[in-house]
Amino acid sequence: MAFEHKHLIDINEYSDTDIMTILETAKTLSEINQRKIKKVPTLKGLTVVNMFNEPSTRTRSSFELAEKRLSCDSLNFGGSSTSSVKGESLIDTVETLNAYKIDMIIVRDKHAGAPRIISEHTPASVVDAGDGKHQHPTQALLDLYTIWEHKHDFNGLKVGIVGDIGHSRVCGSLIPALKIMGAEVTVVGPATLMPACPEVLGADHVTPYLDDVLPEFDVVYMLRIQRERLEGAPFPSLREYHELFGLTKKREHLMRPDAIVCHPGPINRGVEFDSYMADHPERSVILEQVYAGICVRMAVLYLLLGGAE
Amino acid sequence: MAMLLKNARVIDPQVELDCVCDVLVEDGKIAQVGEGIAAEGAEVKDLTGKVLVPGLVDMHVHLREPGYEFKEDIASGTRAAAHGGFTGVCSMPNTDPVADDGAVIEYVKSRAAEVGKCRVYPSGAITHGLKGEIIAEMGDMVAHGAVAFTDDGKGVQDAGMMRRAMDYGKMFGKVFMAHCQDNGLVADGQVNEGVVSTRLGMLGWPAAGEELEIARDIQLCELTGCPLHIQHITTAKGLEMVRKAKESGLPVTCEVTPHHLFLTEDALTDAYETNLKVNPPLRTAADAAALIEGVKDGTVDAIVTDHAPHAAWEKAREFELAPFGMTGLETSLGLVLTNLVEPGIIDLSDMVDLMAVAPRDILGLEPVKIAEGSVADITVFDPSVEWTVAVDDFCSKAHNSGFVGCALKGRATDVFVGGEATLCDGAIVE
Repeated sequence: MAFEHKHLIDINEYSDTDIMTILETAKTLSEINQRKIKKVPTLKGLTVVNMFNEPSTRTRSSFELAEKRLSCDSLNFGGSSTSSVKGESLIDTVETLNAYKIDMIIVRDKHAGAPRIISEHTPASVVDAGDGKHQHPTQALLDLYTIWEHKHDFNGLKVGIVGDIGHSRVCGSLIPALKIMGAEVTVVGPATLMPACPEVLGADHVTPYLDDVLPEFDVVYMLRIQRERLEGAPFPSLREYHELFGLTKKREHLMRPDAIVCHPGPINRGVEFDSYMADHPERSVILEQVYAGICVRMAVLYLLLGGAE
Repeated sequence: MAMLLKNARVIDPQVELDCVCDVLVEDGKIAQVGEGIAAEGAEVKDLTGKVLVPGLVDMHVHLREPGYEFKEDIASGTRAAAHGGFTGVCSMPNTDPVADDGAVIEYVKSRAAEVGKCRVYPSGAITHGLKGEIIAEMGDMVAHGAVAFTDDGKGVQDAGMMRRAMDYGKMFGKVFMAHCQDNGLVADGQVNEGVVSTRLGMLGWPAAGEELEIARDIQLCELTGCPLHIQHITTAKGLEMVRKAKESGLPVTCEVTPHHLFLTEDALTDAYETNLKVNPPLRTAADAAALIEGVKDGTVDAIVTDHAPHAAWEKAREFELAPFGMTGLETSLGLVLTNLVEPGIIDLSDMVDLMAVAPRDILGLEPVKIAEGSVADITVFDPSVEWTVAVDDFCSKAHNSGFVGCALKGRATDVFVGGEATLCDGAIVE
């Protein structure tokens, strides 16, 4: 089984078969994470650079754990050593990494398109770990993995995504990925949090009225309100946001009995949902998503680094 | 010494001329126009198959000097102009220091006289430092040769400020050239708001951000009576507002660039082509079609390049960090000939109006006509030569064209400024 891709930059370049291959590989590799000794020598001798040009704890930790469990040599390159801080251009930084003789660059950058630029200047594989407001493909894949575990089939699955669609790199990958897999996507939020053309991402329906559409959803995906990115005040207060768009106990009667609740984390209790929904034992799959992140990232490393050959 | 330009197709709508004839140039002026001119001792240049027109003027050019000589300077920028067929350019004031007083205007003019290959008509800032706070020293700038006022690149944000500047500035009889951008709507917008901003995950630069200021400035033109020229117009609705203003008799003109006519936002892919990052941004195909219609029906007065050179390293960056702008001086004529004249959307007389007559008229410059007694600023081009835009062919220091690789038909071969050749058989005359 050979995997055709060298990079994971734009989820639109992956077919439904490619995505299923990743999910199935993740499922196989998942077993490693259940062992007492959580490490296999699969990628021993390969060097992966975690190039995080903007702050990230969770995504970087998840990648690091995935790398360690497959025995890669990993290097964290970011923070105060980032190009922008020292005045070096992104391309010059990549040339430096190339000179280290590395096999993969995992990049988080606040500027859309940075992973593509990097891929044009390195012989290594490139994985987009979030670029600006553009894409975050491994987040989408771990979301799909979690949904797949619960729903087993994407075809015709109704997924509602609620919140800040317009500034969300998660949506930039998740909506196209869901469409590739055959799901139906509704985006919910005020117009101030919508991109100019949600249909371009693949959204089938757009509405500001959560209660009208909540009863249809098999999956309710709550997006994080990024308090640090709320310049321009797209809504009057977190209180009003919670009232209009928060998933709460009060709204549960509108939900399908088997509807699950996702969130990319970190969560804001009292904003995206109340604690009842965040901690709901049957519905909330937020911590499963975190676990899926390790499995899916192991699968991506394995497949892109030629472990499948 | 006299020069006899023989057998070109000579076109000048100002004197209703379109025929194959000869043009005799003496002492920097056109001495005679007619068939079968014989001039004893004159240097003769046979221009059979070529077209001779009044020298082209690009009224929207960033020469970058003083301050940004690493991008372009007056020597290289005016060579690019001559190479593209222009006899004159209007330079923009967003240099460092900003051209907001007579000294900087004087510097630009004297450098152009010293090292330039075309005439440079400097424009001056509307506000001091382009900051939108205090009116720049307009009288001083005019005394030193400023031909127009503009806060190009930023626009004057406050309506009251723009009104004061227009009221004050109108006594100098110079046109106000407006860069229309409402920062409240545009903010950090990178590309046209819509399909492409969504697809590429970048902040949108909405059409309304431009249209709002076009509407405002037309109102201020009516209020103050100060002549207004809308720079690099890009949207169908903005153009419609200019059309209405003209119909109601206001002194409003406008310009378009070849990149807004011949490229659309659809050219932006997830390769994040930074050479296509321009301000205002590339708009939709419907907008470009409306602009072409405006060129055809005369709503658009002038075609300009907004030649905005940048160093290669500045453009080889993340899209959001790369500066706005593309070069244009060396591709404009070929693009217009290929995309507007060749398909019959406009004829060569229209082109002369758009690229030579109207720019001089709007800037209040002395007209240049292919007629006895006129200054011999002349452009000659070969309408049939086919060529491909290539960076190693540019005289500009910069390579940030959005048209590299484009196959074009028609190109300047000879340019004369005051009777002196600046371009001869396609090569700069040093």
